[in-house]
Amino acid sequence: MSPAPLLELRQLVKNYGGIRALRGVDFDLRAGEVHALLGENGAGKSTLIKVVTGAHAPNGGTITLAGQTVSGLTPATARALGIACIYQQPALFPDLTVAENLALRLNAPSPATRMHWSDCRARATRLLARIGAEISPDAEVRSLSMPEQQLVEIACALGSGARIVVMDEPTASLTQKEQHLLFAVVRDLRQNGVGVIYISHRLEEIFALADRVTVLRDGQSVGTHPVAGIDEAGLIRLMVGREVAQIYPAAESAPGAVVLSLNQLGCRSSGVSNVSFDVRAGEILGLGGLVGAGRTELARILFGLTPADSGTITLNGQPLTLRTPQAAVAHGIAYVPEDRRRHGVVLDLPISHNLTMAIHRRLFPTTWLRFGAERALTLDYIRDLAVKCSGPEARGGSLSGGNQQKVSLARWLATKPKLLILDEPTQGVDVGAKSEIHKIVRRLAKEGLAVILISSDLPEVIGLSDRIGVMGGGTLRAILPGGSDPHVVMAAALGTAA
Amino acid sequence: MKRYFRELSVLGALVAILLGLAIFTPAFYQPQPLLSLLTREAPTLVVACGMALVIVCRQIDISVGSIFSVCSVCAGLLAARGWPLLLVLTASVALGAVFGAFNGVLVAGLRLPSIVVTLATMVTLRQGLNLVRQGEFVNLPEGIQWFGLGQTTGQLVLVISSVVILILLALAMRHLAAGRFIYAVGTDAEAARLAGIRPQLVTFLVFVSIGALTGLAAMMNLAQSPQVQPLTGNGLELKVIAAVVVGGVAISGGRGNLWGAFAGLLLLACISPALTHLRIEAYWEKAMQGTIILLAVVADGLRSRQGGN
Repeated sequence: MSPAPLLELRQLVKNYGGIRALRGVDFDLRAGEVHALLGENGAGKSTLIKVVTGAHAPNGGTITLAGQTVSGLTPATARALGIACIYQQPALFPDLTVAENLALRLNAPSPATRMHWSDCRARATRLLARIGAEISPDAEVRSLSMPEQQLVEIACALGSGARIVVMDEPTASLTQKEQHLLFAVVRDLRQNGVGVIYISHRLEEIFALADRVTVLRDGQSVGTHPVAGIDEAGLIRLMVGREVAQIYPAAESAPGAVVLSLNQLGCRSSGVSNVSFDVRAGEILGLGGLVGAGRTELARILFGLTPADSGTITLNGQPLTLRTPQAAVAHGIAYVPEDRRRHGVVLDLPISHNLTMAIHRRLFPTTWLRFGAERALTLDYIRDLAVKCSGPEARGGSLSGGNQQKVSLARWLATKPKLLILDEPTQGVDVGAKSEIHKIVRRLAKEGLAVILISSDLPEVIGLSDRIGVMGGGTLRAILPGGSDPHVVMAAALGTAA
Repeated sequence: MKRYFRELSVLGALVAILLGLAIFTPAFYQPQPLLSLLTREAPTLVVACGMALVIVCRQIDISVGSIFSVCSVCAGLLAARGWPLLLVLTASVALGAVFGAFNGVLVAGLRLPSIVVTLATMVTLRQGLNLVRQGEFVNLPEGIQWFGLGQTTGQLVLVISSVVILILLALAMRHLAAGRFIYAVGTDAEAARLAGIRPQLVTFLVFVSIGALTGLAAMMNLAQSPQVQPLTGNGLELKVIAAVVVGGVAISGGRGNLWGAFAGLLLLACISPALTHLRIEAYWEKAMQGTIILLAVVADGLRSRQGGN
């Protein structure tokens, strides 16, 4: 008989008020395996993690750790029992250095203990070296990029000597290189008999990394399979409960006139140089590349946030200088930003206010707000983009990620733009909403909009774009046709020959 | 209903106090003392309106007391030189707006924290005024008190004009795009910027507004007595911020409205006469005000915790 699994959940139930987030989930994790957890947003993955890490107490069911049933799990006891979690959003102290963060996390010292900072620093250096991260232990966390912070989180989990490591979308903001580092770390953990619960929306990662996969749907487990015995279509079928016949809607018409033309565009302060390309009406130009390739920086130039200092921008044949977002909006450029929870949707404001934020001049020419017109417009977009909400008055924060993204998109569609720049429109969005957003983007292109799609999701860029601009090091490395071989795109992004 | 729960609960507390007063001390409702009470609070209401804008915009202005004093003294001196009333009024408003613009440039332009900037302005103006005037009172000429209209008419003019300002600003906050901009900037300045709103301009104008309103309030205060004392605005900032916070304007920005601030102000203003009429010692006034502020803040805290989960 095989030894008891590291972690075993039986009939786990968790209710939030009247909402049944988990309705009897069974799950087990063996030593030395990577067990992927998959499911649409709201399927119960986060709730499961919160229960396992002791953040929330379950309403029913048992948690067994290495054969011992535990009850009354708190974050502190969970950590003492060897459970570590790396959350999507790093939870570090921004004003402290990396070494100080690691020391506070790993020692949880009593206030009177003397801190041996040189030891802490040495350990931080060791841990960072082990995961191959090039981060100084003396760097303030504030100065680190999001992926670097994630690596620090991983170093924390490593340093705590955890037996069970939970990773919640660890690659959402990592570059390809950092992803490979992470994968190596995960494999290293597995080798050492650690059990890893790995949550990701990216199926290719699951196939590359996991031993088994459990799919959650509506708070229930709909099956645990060895990864070797299932394919992508099968997983997607389990997740959404229906066959997704065609993931990416195809282009149906030839693109029209050139809308935007860039010539040798550059901006020294944001590290973008020498970018030239055209985008036509009805065309989706994907911008692929690694994090830090300069794609968001380019978008910010085009939206007037960091004005260009060299090269030219031509919109509909007119040369432009864009120094402010107001100018960009006035010229029909729309930018749906990357971090929708922070910049795309104002969580405290109702959907209707969010929606009309960029079009006050147009909808309210006499500056008096017309609530009827606002409501009608909001209802139109809610219907048009199938936003799931309780009505135009629902607050942005009450929506799921995919629906927030739709509201963010609707705000810009309401400006009737000629050029739409989408920055990571499907990041952290569940599979169902993702394919809806793809359909919307394709439909918008068909209606004559020129679309620039920035995405770190390689299959998305390749599948949805008519042409793919590959960026790297702040400049355009190649323009490839849509549907190119992923290896060719990646090679271009890395700047190597295929 | 649910959306305005916070404002309605303050209104409820106010009605409860007013009812209590009606039952125990009907004398409170004699017209003349009541009018005097409202007149005393009229300048505070005008400043509170400005403060509500500032706090909704996720800023704070603690220099209003000092600006109020300086505007009062300057207006008094101009009036004593024989300037006509309308010109004195304009000068006072303009002076307030200039001070507000100064705060606004530092806060919006240099992105300094408003609490530090306005603290500096507050101390500088107050000490500067002490230095220049040495605590000297300004005697006002005839025709300034009650605008030369007689006490009752003057009081009515003051009360009505403060309420008109409240109504205009409250309508503007809800029905003008500008009001929407203030809420948007107060909730998330970066999101507002990405939506083509200019957060710095909005913040600057909000500070100019509170400055101008403070200048106006100083004038409304000036009209109530035959002389100006230079410490007249001391402590005004606390009173005003308390009223706004009690009225449900979230100190974290983006939430609340002017009606709530109005109810909060009346609630705090009623405590002192209520205590007098109920023959409770006046020491208790500050304690009661403190309790009400604490209750309001705790209620907001509980509510945002509820909302957070």
